[in-house]
Amino acid sequence: MSKYYLNYLDELESEAIFILREVWAQFDNPVILFSGGKDSILVTHLAKKAFYPAKIPFPLMHVDTGHNFPETIQFRDDIIKDLGVELIVGSVQESIDEGRVAEERGKNATRNALQITTLLDAIESNKIDCAIGGGRRDEEKARAKERFFSHRDDFGQWDPKNQRPELWNIFNGRHFEGEHFRAFPISNWTEMDVWNYIKRENIAIPSLYFAHEREVVWRQDSWIPNSEFLVLEDHEEIVTKKIRFRTLGDITITGGIESDADTLEKIAEEVSGMRQTERGNRSDDKRSESAMEDRKRQGYF
Amino acid sequence: MLDNNQLLRFTTAGSVDDGKSTLIGRLLYDSKSIFEDQLEAIENTSKKKGHEGVDLALFTDGLRDEREQGITIDVAYRYFTTPKRKFIIADTPGHIQYTRNMVTGASTANAAIILVDARHGVIEQTRRHSFIASLLQIPHVIVCVNKMDLVDFSEEAYNKVINQFEEFSSKMLVRDVRFIPISALLGDNVVNRSENMDWYQGAPLLHTLETMHISSDINKVDARFPVQTVLRPQNDTHRDYRGYAGRVASGILRVGDEVTVMPSGFTSVIKSIDTLDKSLNEAYAPMSVSITLEDDIDISRGDMIVRSNNKPEALQDIEVMLCWLHNDSAKPRAKYSIRHTSNEQKAMIKEVVYKINIETLDRNTENKDLRMNDIAKVKIRTTKPLMIDSYRDNKTTGSIILIDDATNETVAAGMIKY
Repeated sequence: MSKYYLNYLDELESEAIFILREVWAQFDNPVILFSGGKDSILVTHLAKKAFYPAKIPFPLMHVDTGHNFPETIQFRDDIIKDLGVELIVGSVQESIDEGRVAEERGKNATRNALQITTLLDAIESNKIDCAIGGGRRDEEKARAKERFFSHRDDFGQWDPKNQRPELWNIFNGRHFEGEHFRAFPISNWTEMDVWNYIKRENIAIPSLYFAHEREVVWRQDSWIPNSEFLVLEDHEEIVTKKIRFRTLGDITITGGIESDADTLEKIAEEVSGMRQTERGNRSDDKRSESAMEDRKRQGYF
Repeated sequence: MLDNNQLLRFTTAGSVDDGKSTLIGRLLYDSKSIFEDQLEAIENTSKKKGHEGVDLALFTDGLRDEREQGITIDVAYRYFTTPKRKFIIADTPGHIQYTRNMVTGASTANAAIILVDARHGVIEQTRRHSFIASLLQIPHVIVCVNKMDLVDFSEEAYNKVINQFEEFSSKMLVRDVRFIPISALLGDNVVNRSENMDWYQGAPLLHTLETMHISSDINKVDARFPVQTVLRPQNDTHRDYRGYAGRVASGILRVGDEVTVMPSGFTSVIKSIDTLDKSLNEAYAPMSVSITLEDDIDISRGDMIVRSNNKPEALQDIEVMLCWLHNDSAKPRAKYSIRHTSNEQKAMIKEVVYKINIETLDRNTENKDLRMNDIAKVKIRTTKPLMIDSYRDNKTTGSIILIDDATNETVAAGMIKY
């Protein structure tokens, strides 16, 4: 008799496919939040599997801060073409131009928090009732308590103390007009699981994840890439280093690490030996102990 | 990790003093799953609070309110991996007012860790946690007799706890109970074998979790396939394709199997079992696949495909062991929406047969109000039949939730024919 059990990656895959199909069955107008980072690429890949041989039956949505890595935008456009699905773009620049939000000031100013308004506006104007994200519970302590189906009130806010219990595999996505849900199909994956799966499935990811030469500056314990948005301090100096990125966010806040890992095998090997969390290089999480929880409550990804 | 490594989900329940957080911190720390920046953050907090050394318990504090109050309120999920398995911990609070969180954490667990303080032995909380593990039919229970360092690593103290536990647990339905003497604080028998307890011949906790046999816990007999959605690509390569998408709840389905669609009762034969990667000859739990049938039958979400020679019962009157999850108490004879697999119907609680006093485990037939954290045997009537198995045989087709239509909240969860 052959083995009748799944290995851990197959079980995680099956669980994510189940969640994605539940979203499609329970909501009228879902989207995948697509950032061009590996987690949203993974969710998109899993959605392809969930609905095969049909194509993904809902759009991808990108909240564009305007502070992108050019590679990410190219990658996004390619994947949209390949899947034949619609792309919705919410533009932070437009939110600024319309006076909905104001740019942060100061040395470490970012557009990270501004995304919340743009995201919620895009959800409202496109009548989206479920935004599927690539958030994982192992990423950050506030995320450890996140549900697969996570309710947002009509202001887009998360109330972590008043979440719907999720038992077995029964998910309750019922909501009133104006409210929406966030769904997290890869809640139970760790960074290592993501890399092992990307390697196994040979999923295409942006070149930024692989070691490459880049102009960078040392800031807040990581290598921040040079870009048109970078304002140098007096003591700072631009150098060229062989680096890669563990996560992708805005070009202004995503720090790289020095690395020679230029294949998926080498990346997986490198990640397994890592002693810092992947978000350790994200200055948006370093602002305070509850930085993520505070942003999530307001409606962040 | 090897290709055949499995995923094991376990739950822990505990309150501030019994060392639960320390145990989890220890498992994560000794299996090298805590990263340097996380450790640094804990070190800083430990110093601020004036603790000596690193307080591993701080690692499991999540939300700001919990950090401020120093307690776990909700279920938090933790992850760690060893060369043998991937683990998901459902870390739940242990006090009686968080029974619903314990039930939630227990619902998906392969195993439960129950912590007993070696100094105090089996207490009310131990009984309650064991009862929940038994109620939710967690297949494996590991009783960790903790704080052995505070009883001089005494075998006698350990045996006393075992005897106490076995005395009360004989009434419960747990198939596999194991005992391990540990010190979460010092690390004895957690990841590494204790050097202080030569008299203990068994394996340390982590080794037990890594090697415990779990693949036979899945029901492989009763083939059940609840349909989530129908896939109709209508593209050039799959013009007439009509696939029923779902996850196998239990049993094994094979191409060529004669199947019945519930509740309509139509029969057909499985034509193909498809995934993006390849078409399969068979699918088993918990695989997500798309199934096509030889005949064109009307099937939609909420239907269930089963093997014709082994069908679930279609019932409108069901007995359920219910855990009330919500602040709003149950309204007498009020209607709720009931969810069972992908099926949703209306339902009414016709009768509360008895409530269980979860401190004494006695049945209470006098007070029948259902309030938050109550566990009660109830009779439910649904508007249309549900295709059910008993929870003991099949967790997926034997479980339900109730939703309040006025608030959309999940108010109760139940186990059928308990």
